[in-house]
Amino acid sequence: MTKTRSLRWSLPTLLLAATVNATDMPLNMTRGVTEISQQVYDLHMTIFWICCVIGAVVFGIMFWSIVRHRKARGVQPAQFHESTKVEILWTAIPVVILIVMAIPATKTLIAMEDTTEADVTVLITGSQWKWHYKYLENDVEFYSLLATPKEQITNRFAKGENYLLEVDRPLVIPTGKKVRFLMTSDDVIHSWWVPAFAVKKDANPGFINEAWTRVDEPGIYRGQCAELCGKDHGFMPVVVIAKSPADYEQWVNGEAERIAKAKAEEQELLAMNMSMEELMSVGARTYTAYCAACHQPNGEGLPGIFPALKGSAMALNDKPGHINVVLNGKAGTAMQAYARQLSLKEIAAVITYERNAWGNNTGELVQAADVHAVMQGKGE
Amino acid sequence: MALKHKPLTFKLAVTALAMFGFGFALVPLYDVFCDLTGLNGKTAATAASADAALIDTSREVVIEFIARPNKQMPWVFKPEVRRMTVHPGEIHIMNYLAENPTGRMIVGQAVPSVSPGQAALYFHKIECFCFTQQQLAGGKNMLMPLQFYVDPALPSQFSTITLSYTLYDVTSAWTGDTAASSQLGE
Amino acid sequence: MSAVVTDHEHEHHDHKPSGIKRWLYTTNHKDIGTMYLVFALIMFFIGGAMAMVIRAELFQPGMQFVEPNFFNQMTTVHGLIMVFGAVMPAFTGLANWMIPMMIGAPDMALPRMNNWSFWILPFAFLILLMSLFMPGGGPNFGWTFYAPLSTTYSGDSTALFVFSVHIMGISSIMGAINVIVTIFNLRAPGMTWMKMPLFVWTWLITAFLLIMVMPVLAGVVTMVLTDKYFGTSFFDAAGGGDPVLFQHIFWFFGHPEVYIMILPAFGIVSSIVPTFARKPLFGYASMVYATSSIALLSFLVWAHHMFTTGMPVAGALFFMYCTMLIAVPTGVKVFNWVATMWRGAMTFEVPMMFALAFIVLFTIGGFSGLMLAITPADFQYHDTYFVVAHFHYVLVTGAVFSIIAAAYYWLPKWTGHMYDEKLGQWHFWCSLISVNMLFFPMHFVGLAGMPRRIPDYALQFADFNAFISIGGFLFGASQLIFVAVLVKCARGGEKATAQVWEGAEGLEWEVPSPAPYHTFETPPVIK
Repeated sequence: MTKTRSLRWSLPTLLLAATVNATDMPLNMTRGVTEISQQVYDLHMTIFWICCVIGAVVFGIMFWSIVRHRKARGVQPAQFHESTKVEILWTAIPVVILIVMAIPATKTLIAMEDTTEADVTVLITGSQWKWHYKYLENDVEFYSLLATPKEQITNRFAKGENYLLEVDRPLVIPTGKKVRFLMTSDDVIHSWWVPAFAVKKDANPGFINEAWTRVDEPGIYRGQCAELCGKDHGFMPVVVIAKSPADYEQWVNGEAERIAKAKAEEQELLAMNMSMEELMSVGARTYTAYCAACHQPNGEGLPGIFPALKGSAMALNDKPGHINVVLNGKAGTAMQAYARQLSLKEIAAVITYERNAWGNNTGELVQAADVHAVMQGKGE
Repeated sequence: MALKHKPLTFKLAVTALAMFGFGFALVPLYDVFCDLTGLNGKTAATAASADAALIDTSREVVIEFIARPNKQMPWVFKPEVRRMTVHPGEIHIMNYLAENPTGRMIVGQAVPSVSPGQAALYFHKIECFCFTQQQLAGGKNMLMPLQFYVDPALPSQFSTITLSYTLYDVTSAWTGDTAASSQLGE
Repeated sequence: MSAVVTDHEHEHHDHKPSGIKRWLYTTNHKDIGTMYLVFALIMFFIGGAMAMVIRAELFQPGMQFVEPNFFNQMTTVHGLIMVFGAVMPAFTGLANWMIPMMIGAPDMALPRMNNWSFWILPFAFLILLMSLFMPGGGPNFGWTFYAPLSTTYSGDSTALFVFSVHIMGISSIMGAINVIVTIFNLRAPGMTWMKMPLFVWTWLITAFLLIMVMPVLAGVVTMVLTDKYFGTSFFDAAGGGDPVLFQHIFWFFGHPEVYIMILPAFGIVSSIVPTFARKPLFGYASMVYATSSIALLSFLVWAHHMFTTGMPVAGALFFMYCTMLIAVPTGVKVFNWVATMWRGAMTFEVPMMFALAFIVLFTIGGFSGLMLAITPADFQYHDTYFVVAHFHYVLVTGAVFSIIAAAYYWLPKWTGHMYDEKLGQWHFWCSLISVNMLFFPMHFVGLAGMPRRIPDYALQFADFNAFISIGGFLFGASQLIFVAVLVKCARGGEKATAQVWEGAEGLEWEVPSPAPYHTFETPPVIK
């Protein structure tokens, strides 16, 4: 499979490559996997068929007229130009059709907005360009980032099956339970969308929005950010895995354990010194995942929007300042505070990387303890 | 300009100017509209009076508390408890923990949002840290209180009210000095 | 209707300054109309070139030609140029040329302001286009410039963007004032309200919409400017503002704006269909009432662009019902056009072909609009290619097709020559086929779940996007035929008669072709 795909993609002609890359696309809106999504689908089909019927009648008459009432056939034009009766008729009929349509639409909308009696609540926070999920019933929380490698996007590697629709850590929800989503954002407006659930809700900075779903089928469901949110808007997918309640419980416990373990490791790390090699390799990975979107893989940034790190005064000279800005971000810019997003080790590593990559050869190591010191206010 | 066009041209120009003003008038109008309908889930920015209505012990409402520092805000910011069950009319105090782990003074402003939005009309705050900006020196922590009650008139379809606070770093606006923190790459 | 016009009258007045000065200082409605139309055509091609960049990048999955930030600039500036640089100036150009001739006025009422409102426009777009070359690039937040993406998170070109939108707005408002004053004060004796051609009616209503909403746009861009540079917090939650407020104000402008771009099109089609059906327009009065009610309703539906922002159910229902209601007067118009054709004696010259394509394809856009009005279904359609398909059907096969139809219809009147019918038919058929290759599959892509404004997409969308891109390139190329027709017609061709079209009626067909530099200096008498 992978082999044939890479063969396909190595074809030089753009046109050929596009036509042989046959992946089936559904031609209609998904029915989805929830009761609501099914209702939405039914509404969509109803209004669609209504439009088709009206279209067939109107265009039918029009084409009949085009065929029959043409000058070439030697017809004499009639001169009638008004009829109040007809006008009233074709005002009234659409009104009736619309009223008929509005009734089921109203019912579905009311059902969609009823977020009461939820079993699980997840706080979803959008930020440029990743999602953060936090389960309110327990302390599980994590970021969910695009997992498609850069090389696939730049066409150096063959594209995988779920190209651009895969994340490192998907959201997991239990089946058969009412799951409530609270949406908010850390920066610009994002929109969390999973077509299979018919859930699309904007994540507004400073405000919360609600939506809910109840999924009966275990499975993997994919969606994307639907509101233009800046440069990498096209690269922040949503992946949700629905698991049976038992599997879900197991997963939650596993996650809680993983997070606790990571915290314990942090403490141990403070006493440890990592080697340049280790820091650089962890740093490169972290940089690619969290920093390269703005500061670019080559560290040169995008002039006028995202500052360069390569050769910058801060990356070369101001170590405490550098640590501080990575930890706490910079208010009023796109630079986020990573203290809560990354582990001490990752922060230490990524700063080491930034101070030693692309010819920024400071030779300096930044250890977890250094980061911790700045965090505690001692490094400044 | 021909004389006969002047009055109409003038009227139209004035209309255009008035509509420019109307664009700005939409800002307060929107706030009024939100206050009336709970459109955006904003709670009142000023204190409600403490003489609460009768306590309705026959009914329970779950209040969920969410506290998030914005991603550019380094504070730790948490509610003491995640949720609370209250009777409408009862006055409660809820504490939020704030900690400034950095080495510098930071000013925070909490922005409330209630969901479902209409419930915001029935969530009354007698005292709240969100009414004013909060200063916290580096390395220090504090408890920030919120005193509130739920209006017994809360429509019956609301059984859970989610109160979210997003905490913003407004230090630069506070000191008027935007160049306080050093910028990466400059 | 008939006018008393003597050829003798025109000959003295046809002297005009030559060279560049004629165009810079002109206060003649025909010169200004021509400049607007040429400007719109140039902008159509610049905006179109950006669309070609977008379609080239979307031809295949993966990033090939541009990086995402530049892609976003392309979608943004493409939208701004097509809306404010192509469609609106083209309609203003048509208004300048035709309204005085249709109502028997010697010129626009405020000729100097007319000159100004045109000449500030090129500068607005020069500023906008130059901002693309700034470090960090031009505006990249979509033509809807939602805050805070356009405030806290935007580049420094935002100031230029705001300035440029201000100039466009001032130009539009001045143009609109001029149209209204002209129609109110300069109608020839006997040209009563209900005798005015529908193009004049629809433009009058459009002009009122412009005066009502362009200042609101100016207000909202000003707020964006002060939020970004002067520390206000209209849209910043941290300072007590609300980003959703931006969308309310923007769409309060934005939805009437949509009708600004379609009402004059209704007027054009209502002029063309009776001419080529050789039969009076069916339901003239109901057309006027339908247009007015669409304009009024347009102020009550803005939040249907915002169903996913989280609004109370009651609000969503109100906006859903109002939006569905718009289908009624719009339907009346379509029914009237079909009834006009019914039992006529039709011929199918290029203007008629574009008008017929308009009726069918605009109606398809109307259908998808009705589908989008259904709030629960909108949650699935919103911000996908389904929406892109919808508004391109109403704006390209709607507004743009009507402008092209108008150009073919009045070209003989403007130049005095018939255009090349054969070439025109080629233009029509190539455009018709390619435009549907371009926009029709977008419905499917959107329903399958492809969000709009993304530079790269999942593999399942690949085939359709390749096909759409081919359609896009063909549509772009087809418009070159249009340029060929225009150039050929301007240079010469078969002499056009005053009436030009057998079934044409109205004052503009009673002056000779080409229309003399000054027309109706003595008001015609309308019987």
